Amino acid sequence: MSSGDHDHDHDHPHGSDLSETQLRVRALETVLTEKGYIDPAALDRIVEAYETKIGPRNGARVVARAWTDPGFKAELLKDATAAVQTMGHVNRVGDHLIAVENTQARHNMIVCTLCSCYPWEMLGLPPVWYKSAAYRSRSVIDPRGVLKDFGVTLPEDTEIRVWDSTAETRFIVLPMRPAGTEGWSEEKLADLVTRDSMVGTGQPLRPGEPS
Amino acid sequence: MSVSDIATVVPGLPMAEDGPVFREPWEAQAFAMAVSLQGAGLFTWGEWAAMLGEEIKHAQAAGDPDTGATYYRHWLATLERMVAAKSLTDAGTLMRYRDAWDRAADRTPHGSPIELRPDDFRGA
Repeated sequence: MSSGDHDHDHDHPHGSDLSETQLRVRALETVLTEKGYIDPAALDRIVEAYETKIGPRNGARVVARAWTDPGFKAELLKDATAAVQTMGHVNRVGDHLIAVENTQARHNMIVCTLCSCYPWEMLGLPPVWYKSAAYRSRSVIDPRGVLKDFGVTLPEDTEIRVWDSTAETRFIVLPMRPAGTEGWSEEKLADLVTRDSMVGTGQPLRPGEPS
Repeated sequence: MSVSDIATVVPGLPMAEDGPVFREPWEAQAFAMAVSLQGAGLFTWGEWAAMLGEEIKHAQAAGDPDTGATYYRHWLATLERMVAAKSLTDAGTLMRYRDAWDRAADRTPHGSPIELRPDDFRGA
């Protein structure tokens, strides 16, 4: 079956779609789990250990450019799918991407209540907590409490808006540019942009704050 | 075994400064399965590297440009061969589960988590 890769057929418009490769990966994972050779929780831990490596860097570059280039920022907020493609590093944005901007008045948070839809082309693999049932349900009911658990306290009058991702529509948070970064280069700014700040469960680093 | 150790015994592993690079979630899943099985002593990295090397050589002979973009497809193929070679399962069982997942995907509305049910195995 090593040469069995072909495009999955599309004769079922109402169902979901897994690529041939995804089907094979799921088959392996299920069989090996049922036989007790692997433990999905252990796989999650391994993936979590590596998930920062594929980099929320794509997303961080997008955010840093939006902070420094008002024209790009306008494009990003208007049509993020098109805007990120102009940066040339995204080889596959099949999904509709929407950028939501944090302001003093409104803080945005991303969740996928149904499963774990995530803009991974931008942010890398989703962290394990993002896939957890606890985060998925609590984000909607008590976003302020969830933020507190992440160490984020917002002013009482800041509205928190929670965006529910779907298979078709993904979100990325455009966090507020930290104070004291006037004149910084795009590259230097990108280092301040954490994954969590683009999911809305964190703030960008402040200048001098260790990552 | 650390990631950099893995990279020294597994040829061609796409690496960033301090870790492997995954382009899609399934690549990370496939990577993690191999790490986990090796960690459980079901094969050695030496065996893995030899089999993966063969897989890549076959693919190159069949016209794969081998730019790194297809690396984890070879990784996955190796995983399938390795688990069969070690009698953890066999190709027929994997195919049956693959088909069941395909049926599960077909009946699951977009955006909902896809889960296997016993009747997904029917009609195999």
